[in-house]
Amino acid sequence: MRFFMLTFLCLPVFMKAQTPGLYDQYAQLESRLQNGGDTTFVVNFWATWCKPCVSELPFFEELTQKTGGQKIKVLLISIDLKRDLDKRLLPFVQSRKLQSEVNLLADSDVNSWALRVDAQWDGAIPVTMIYNKKGKRFHKDKFADAAELASFVQSAQ
Amino acid sequence: MKKALIAAPAFFAALLFVCVSAFRGGAPSASAGYKVGDKAEDFNLKNVDGKSVSLASYPDAKGFIVVFTCNHCPVAQMYEDRIIELSKTAKAKGFQLIAIQPNNPEENPEDSYSEMQNRAKEKSYPFPYLMDEGQKVYPRFGATRTPHVFILDKNRTVDYIGGVDDNSDASSVKKKYAEMAVDAILQGKKPEPSFTRAIGCGIY
Repeated sequence: MRFFMLTFLCLPVFMKAQTPGLYDQYAQLESRLQNGGDTTFVVNFWATWCKPCVSELPFFEELTQKTGGQKIKVLLISIDLKRDLDKRLLPFVQSRKLQSEVNLLADSDVNSWALRVDAQWDGAIPVTMIYNKKGKRFHKDKFADAAELASFVQSAQ
Repeated sequence: MKKALIAAPAFFAALLFVCVSAFRGGAPSASAGYKVGDKAEDFNLKNVDGKSVSLASYPDAKGFIVVFTCNHCPVAQMYEDRIIELSKTAKAKGFQLIAIQPNNPEENPEDSYSEMQNRAKEKSYPFPYLMDEGQKVYPRFGATRTPHVFILDKNRTVDYIGGVDDNSDASSVKKKYAEMAVDAILQGKKPEPSFTRAIGCGIY
């Protein structure tokens, strides 16, 4: 029992904290999605300063934990400012021990790339896109709960 | 009596269905709001100085820049100085800039009327800063975020919807969309682009 408790308490220490990556151009993210093979990407656009975005991050974390190895890949794409990568995003990701992959997208020409995400998106966040071989799906605004996100992902499988 | 008891729930269910359907049909959907070419309806909202402001308050304006913005949003904060500048350049050309704060202060305490007053005073806003009390005006425009710009000609026709410019980083701006739209309208042309996408904070 004591051993079990110890293992349990130490678990968070073993989960390694990540360093967020950087995409300077939307094209870099796009080419990764296009070359993903059988992977279904769940791409969430968010920022550390966006309250509703931060409140739905646990749903994406749950999805990452539940679907590990099932060819579903959650990508949390932060649109924080590039100069805030080390100052704000890194401490945010590490203090919350986010397990889903986090990248900062620093392509400032939003007017061009937002259209490539979805024609109906005008730039308000959060939004989520699913990308796989079958095509693209787009969800405006935040999810009500983890179940709504899970069924959205299911519907694109 | 028994029959009535059975009928009552069915009746209420039917009534509920009718009401819900009516509301769904009547309520504006998320994508509702003005499109370029629509004529904007006037509004009447309270300014930080306590007075009411509407489009009709400026009968000599050659056009209007209506900016949905707020205190709490970091993107709006990054654009604050640029909005102040824009209001001055536009004013010199006969355009009036009107800022409207669309958030519910219960969701965002930083966007309360008194915080709006503080902010306007601190930065000496050269334009009215109105509270969208009851959040009725922003859905009519179809504003989805802060900052979100709508430019109207003097007949209140919406000629431009979108961002202030093409880059949230002020030092890297290449195209000042809002200013370009004002200049186009003054020359009797349609702005190009007339619609742009920009990052902003959702309205709550």
